This record gives sequence, structure tokens and C-alpha cells, in this order.
Amino acid sequence: MNIENNKFAWRNFSWRIGGAQGRGIDRLTTVFGRLCAGQGLHIYSRREYHSNIIGRHSYADICLGSKVVTSHSDAPDMLLTLDAESLARHVRTLNEQGVLIFDDGDAQASLDALPFLDERLKTDLLRNLSSDDLPGTTAGLLEQARALGVQLVPLPYRSLIDELAKEFGLSRKQASRSINTIAVAASAALLSFGEQDLNHALENVFGGAHPALALNQRAVNKTYRLIDKQYTPLEHVGWLQDQSIDRSRLYLNGCQSVAMGKLAAGLTFQTYYPISPASDESQFLEANTANTDGSFAPLILQVEDEISAATMACGAALTGARSATATSGPGFCLMTEALGWAGMNEVPLVISLYQRGGPSTGLPTRTEQGDLGFAVHAGHGEFPRMVMASGDIEDCFYDAMQAFNYAERYQLPVIHMLDRALASCSQTVERFDYRDINIDRGMLFEVREKKFGQVERFVNTATGISPRPLLGQDQATYWSTGVEHDSYGQVSEDPQVREQMMEKRQRKLQQVLQELSFDEKLRVCGDEQAEFIVLTWGSSKGAVWDAVARLDQSGIKLRAIQVKLLWPFPEQEIVSLIKPEHTLIVVECNYCGQLNNLLREVTGRCADHCIVKYNGRAMSGESVAESVLKIVSTQTGEREPRMVLHNDYE
Amino acid sequence: MTNEASEGKQTSTPFHSSRANDWCAGCGDFGILHSLEKTLTNMALPTDKVAVFGGIGCSGKTPYYLATYGIHTLHGRLLPFATGAKLANPELTVIAVGGDGDGLSIGAGHFVGGGRRNVDLTYIVFDNGVYGLTKGQASPTLRFGEQTRVMPEPAMLEETNPITLGLAAGFSWIGRGYAYDTKPLAGLIESAIRHPGSSLLTVLQPCPTYNELHDKEWYGGKDLDTGQPRLYSLQEEEYDPVITKEAAPTAREQKRLQCLSKAYEWGQRIPLGVFYQDLSRPTLSDMLRMQTDRQAEGRMTVPARQSICDDQGHPLVRLDTLFDKMSV
Repeated sequence: MNIENNKFAWRNFSWRIGGAQGRGIDRLTTVFGRLCAGQGLHIYSRREYHSNIIGRHSYADICLGSKVVTSHSDAPDMLLTLDAESLARHVRTLNEQGVLIFDDGDAQASLDALPFLDERLKTDLLRNLSSDDLPGTTAGLLEQARALGVQLVPLPYRSLIDELAKEFGLSRKQASRSINTIAVAASAALLSFGEQDLNHALENVFGGAHPALALNQRAVNKTYRLIDKQYTPLEHVGWLQDQSIDRSRLYLNGCQSVAMGKLAAGLTFQTYYPISPASDESQFLEANTANTDGSFAPLILQVEDEISAATMACGAALTGARSATATSGPGFCLMTEALGWAGMNEVPLVISLYQRGGPSTGLPTRTEQGDLGFAVHAGHGEFPRMVMASGDIEDCFYDAMQAFNYAERYQLPVIHMLDRALASCSQTVERFDYRDINIDRGMLFEVREKKFGQVERFVNTATGISPRPLLGQDQATYWSTGVEHDSYGQVSEDPQVREQMMEKRQRKLQQVLQELSFDEKLRVCGDEQAEFIVLTWGSSKGAVWDAVARLDQSGIKLRAIQVKLLWPFPEQEIVSLIKPEHTLIVVECNYCGQLNNLLREVTGRCADHCIVKYNGRAMSGESVAESVLKIVSTQTGEREPRMVLHNDYE
Repeated sequence: MTNEASEGKQTSTPFHSSRANDWCAGCGDFGILHSLEKTLTNMALPTDKVAVFGGIGCSGKTPYYLATYGIHTLHGRLLPFATGAKLANPELTVIAVGGDGDGLSIGAGHFVGGGRRNVDLTYIVFDNGVYGLTKGQASPTLRFGEQTRVMPEPAMLEETNPITLGLAAGFSWIGRGYAYDTKPLAGLIESAIRHPGSSLLTVLQPCPTYNELHDKEWYGGKDLDTGQPRLYSLQEEEYDPVITKEAAPTAREQKRLQCLSKAYEWGQRIPLGVFYQDLSRPTLSDMLRMQTDRQAEGRMTVPARQSICDDQGHPLVRLDTLFDKMSV
């Protein structure tokens, strides 16, 4: 058992930028991320955005730490707003003593004039302002912030843009593309990051030949001078400059990490149908087939729908190609018949399932861990499948690699669960150490002597695993069918054959439980002696691990367990860790408490407390810590059995 | 042809399977199976380099009765299964067999996708106008107003024409055969297999149990005043379906219009043979190879043949270039 302690920082600095979607926020967030990563800081960043191409509100967080950062913070220390709507949505989330960098032109906007500000939030803000006898405008909100100790940094965006437009002979509209850069430069200057370092990060992200680079670098220069003249750099964040730099460290998101894990595993065939947020992975693969060092380029294919994606991936897997598809909830719904076929025909199929808010179209660009029950039970009838879930960016890589080994070793579909939060959060991680990881192709059929007739594809063995012939292999022709069949793949409705084949297929799950190591099933952190155990899965791991570190600082000892293998469920290991005397808290991003339900289904034990969240936003470490603290510091009988995490603003 | 001949004992071929066949006596499926078996044998294809994918329904059982790679898939999904196998292992000769309901109703999206992709495979549609295994419901090719014995009411929906839909979808070889006329059918199957691209061969296949409207007598024109067979061969009438590799766009347009007009011929005369063959279109494999060459010339693009680990079982791929690109 590998205890993941002492690696994580609870002390961090949280930076947020908000503005209209499609106007470069993403890119400038990457610039700031690269700037910080280049200073040796550990980073956790995330994006939130609407299902919209341009104009709706979006924002990004970058959380900085001196050690590995695993979660964002709901309360930023520094907030950069590019428009009045962003100011209205986020100003109340700022930490006391936080810094607000905003457009001085947004200081007098009426909240009623903001068309995309949700009615619910507008009403809340107006009521709140009116109870403080303040006007229903951004001026009122700024006054409230000032009273709470927030440092206000109004920037003359308009005059800076006009100067730049004049200098470069551009229209105001063209020059205003650098507004993000002005905001980011102001924040960098206040945090005492070097101007040259920021320019370097800009070059890195824009590319040295980008036509807008000079404009943006000039914007940096002007902003640095302005800040230098009018403000004192923040003093309490000196530790940000104090890091040792490891240039080999990677900075990447979950989609990229999964994609690279697949490449390392020898992925040669992937199909997909466009869907948020899963297709980012396939597009990354498409764009980078030539960036691996090897003799091969995997085939990445966009197809007509997810039914085709899954069945085509099956067809390729039958030939021996390491084959996968990637999708999100609605697409996975369409894949269920292929899932059953792969189970029945014992085909190694890997499905990367990026969950998003459901049901139906749900919250296409927001996160949720709402598909666990579905993944475990998807499809009609009973067949073996494996379900695994990654908890962080590192997991994404290694799990993606292992998924193929599992699929081929046990000849079954493997569902690798991820979610929107992992897909679009970026983290700094050490370079992946993949070169010594074994590639396990499983038991392949070998022709021993030339024999007449078809191969006994589904020969009944003690492990349930039959040697696998590949389509096109010399002298290995066989039959396979989704109809119940005998060991030769011939249709059979014989009651005894049915029993034998059901048992043969299901037996493979016993093998999985026997052969996988503890670390492949569970991860643990925290104190072995702790009375409280927090059980979680998937992307909530980051917030839970963060909460354990935070509470440890306050002398509260917890033990946390991440369930990585969700099906077959690692009952034995979990039962050995969670004793009747422990108080069990289950943390996950869904309404029903699906991990808790699965736990109860398999072990009979269930949570004493559930901490859940289902508003489409990921949990933060501090919100989990706060709820756990409430549980820990309350008498047994008075504790709330179910706590729901919210986001009041945004 | 007699029913006896279409079910008749066949001399053993490498593709012959001794599995008991549970199709109804007189079923048109026998004629297609035997033509397919004969063609694969005549073409001297090795049994272990042929993969036959079946859909769901009587026709989907065809792979059971051939001694080769025989994969029985899902209702409507056989084309994506077959496509995955062909793209991953191009040395396979891939045949997909399914019914008209399978391809034109539940699998219509994949039918269109299959045509668009132009992967080098042969798709044989067993067209009998009914869903046999579920006891005779109307299928998409049963014509508007027609009513078989088991239908309580005449068909209320417009029929789907597999040839015009196939043309619109982009199949680059389109033909029609007749299940009881196995010699020309075998010729069509061979032509379809040899065509470099996606071939759609629709076969008029009488269902003696559930479709008494379109039986041997009807196709033979016994009900007509002339008493002449409805079926005739396009090729015997000097019809030229081919768009050559270098053909001008106008030639392509003309051949398409010609195909459409023949595809809508029905009633008194029903054409058989090759309706359309476009040699000017690259296959998806060609396109993928070109794409790979643009990005990294000379890389292998045969997924099934790629070795992915060394003797110790460690990955062969190196990610250093990507890591450098993604590092801080």
C-alpha cells in the first residue's frame, strides 16, 4: 500500500480571471499558467464556461502552490475581471484582503443592464446591496468589497487600448484584443513576476511569429510601468518567487494526459463522435500522431455517431489493434449495445468516459460524477466489464495505459471514467515514467499444429480466459456471435451450455480481483489511526486530498481512500480498511451518492455522512474541509447525514 | 433456377461449413450463400484472410455457414464493425451481409456513413421486403400500399430505394442481383469484391414464408400479359456504369443521373447488374495514408500489424517530443 502523504500543499495562492467567452481568456490563462510554472510553482488550473461559442461568461482559476496542488479554491486571492458581468458574478467570492483588478469603465454599471447575468443571482445581489443601502450597480458591489478589505485596482483599459491602437495603427476593436494581456500583466506585476518572464510566456503560447505578439508585449510593458508608478507589489506572497525550477515538469490537462497514456500503451485505433468535453482528447491525438517517436501513426477517426464509434472500435480490436473510443454521457448511452456485444464476444474494448452534468443534454460544459451507476450497470443482461476511475492528472495517464492491459488480459470492455473537471483542469506533474510499465497483450491464440476446422475461440478454462485469435491470423479462423454460443462460437440455446458460458465469462471478474494489486484498486492518504474515514472516487479525490492536508494543519487527523477500481468492486480491501468503529464520510459530485450506493450494494456498509455536490461545479478542497470539520466537531447524534455543497456566486 | 438447385448440395470448398442450416426451405438466402462461397473459392482467397460480418436477422446468420472468420454482430451495426476490421487490417477481404431492415431502417445512419467513407469492403443487402425472424412485418423496401398475407393493413410508408440511397450516400460500386440466379450473382459478388472501395450489392431475395407478393413467379413475370420475366440485365443492354479514374466532373454527374433513372425502374421491368462504379474516388485508407504522410512521412498505418512493445514487454513508443512540447 502506497500512502500518498506529505506531497500536497494546503497553502496556496488562488488567481481568477473572468470575461466573455471566445475572447482569449483561455489563452491568457495558459500564458499566466506558463509564467508561474516557469517560476517553479506547482499549478492547478481549471476553466468554467457555458455551452456557447462567443459572448457568454467564462472564467478560469489558477491555484499556485509550493507543493503539488490538487484542487481549486472557491475564494480567489486575486480576481481579474474583463467586463462588468464578471465583476458582478465573482467579486463576492474574493478572500478578505484579496485583490480585484478591473476595468475602471465597469465601475458604474447597473446590474439590470447585464443581459446574461442570471436572474437568480441578480435578485440576490440587488437584495443584498439594498440591505446595505447601496445602489444596484457595480459601484455598490465595489463599495462592499472595499469595506471587506479587498484591494481595488481599477485599470484604465480604455485609454491603454486607445494608446496601443494609435501606436500600432489599429482600430480600437483590434487593439482591444490585448485587454486580457493588460489584466494579466497587472496581476503579474503586483505579484512581482518579472516582465521578461511574462514576455517569454507570451512568446511560448502565441508562437514567436504571431502577428499579435508585438502588440501584446507592448501592452505588458505599458501595464508594468503603470503598476510600478501607482501600486506597491503584494508583500505577503514572497514565497511565490522562492521556488526551485524543474524545467522537465509537465503542464497539461486531463484529456492530454489520457491521450498520452493511450499513446504510451500502443493505441493504434481510436474512433469518436464530437461531444463536449470528450472530443478534446481525440483532437489532441489527431493533432499529435506525428509527435511520438516511433514508426507508427495511430488511426484516429471521426465517425457518424457513438454507436458506430464503439462498434468500429470493436471491429478493430478483433484484429489485434489496441483500440479505443472516447465519449461523454450522452454518447455512452448510445454505446451500451456495443458494450454488451464486447462483453458477450470477449472483446478488449477501451472506452474513455468523460462524465458531464446529466441527464439528457444536461450541463454539457459542466462537471458531474453522475454516471457511476450507469457505467457499472450499462447494457441489458449480465456480462463482465471493468470500471476504473482516475482521480487526478497523473492517474489519467497511468490508468489510460493500464486500461488496455486489463482489456486484453481479461478480454472484456474497460470503462475508464473521467469527467469534465479532469478534462479541463491543468496541473503541473512530473514527467510520466512509462518506459518500464509492462504491456500485457493477454493470452493470444497460437497455432500449434495444422488442424482442420474452426478454432475453439471460447474454450472454457479455469480462469474464464480463452486464448484469443486475431482476425487475419494464419489458420485461426473462428466464429463469434452476440447470440449465446458454445465454445466454438456456434449458437446454442442448450441450458447447460448457457450456464457454462455465463459462468466462464463472469469468472474473469474473480481473476481481476485476485490479480490486481492494492494500489490498482485503492489509494489512501492521511492517518492510519484516524477515527474518520473519507471515501471518494474520481476527480473529487483532489478536493479530498487537499482537505486532508488542510485539516492536518489544524491538528485534525483523517484517513482518505480513493476507489480507483469501481467494478468489480474491491470489497475485500475496503472492508479491511473501514471498520465498524470508524465514522465513514463519502464524498462525490452527484445527487444520489452513487459510490455510497455501490458500497452498500456490495458490502452492506454505507456512509454515516455523505458530502455531495451536483450544481455542475467541481468541489474545492476548502469546501470539503469545511464540511468535514463540521462533522468532526459535532456530537454524533447532531450530525447532518447529508451535506450539499453550493456555489452562491458565479 | 429451381428451389432444389438453390438449396442443392454443393461440392466441398475450403469455405464450406458443415453446420446445420436453419433457413426455411426455398429461402433466397441459400442462393446468396452459395454464390458467395463459390466466389470466394473461385477467387482463391485464403480462408484466413476473409472476414464475413453478419447483421441481425436470417441474412445475418450467413457467417455461420462459411468456414472463415465469421462475426455475427448487432442489428444495423455490421458496417461499422466491418469497417473497423478492414481499416485495422487491410489485408482482410471484408464482406458485410445483412437484411434490408438492418441496413435501411435501424442501420440507416451507418449505411450513409459507410457510403461516405468508401472503405474497401463489400456490403451485400438481402432485400426481401419483410422482417422474417420477427414474423413478417413490413421492411423499408416493401412498397407503399403493398400488403403481405400477415400484414393487417397495407404498408403506409414510402419505400426506401437502396440503390438511390446508396448513390446519395456515396457507395462507389452499386449493383443488384437476384438470389435465384446464382451464376450472374456470383459474377456481381466478384466484381464488388474486386472494386477498390465500398461496394453495395443489393440482392432481390424472395422470402417464401412471409413475402408471397415477390416470389419466383412474380419476378419471372408470370402475371404479366407478356409472360416475360421482369428481371433483365443492364450489362446485356450495353449499360456502362463506370466512371474512370481520370473522368471529368461532368462525366461523373452523367453517370449518377443514369444510375438514378435505372434505380427507379420497377414494375414491368426490373434491372439487374452493375448500376454504378466510380473509380475516381480515393478510399478512406488512401486518404488516411496521405494524411499520415503529410504529418510524418513513411509511418506505418496498419493498426493490427503494429508491434507496440519490445521483447521485455515495455512500450516501444517514445513520448519525449510530446513531453518537451508540454513541459513548463
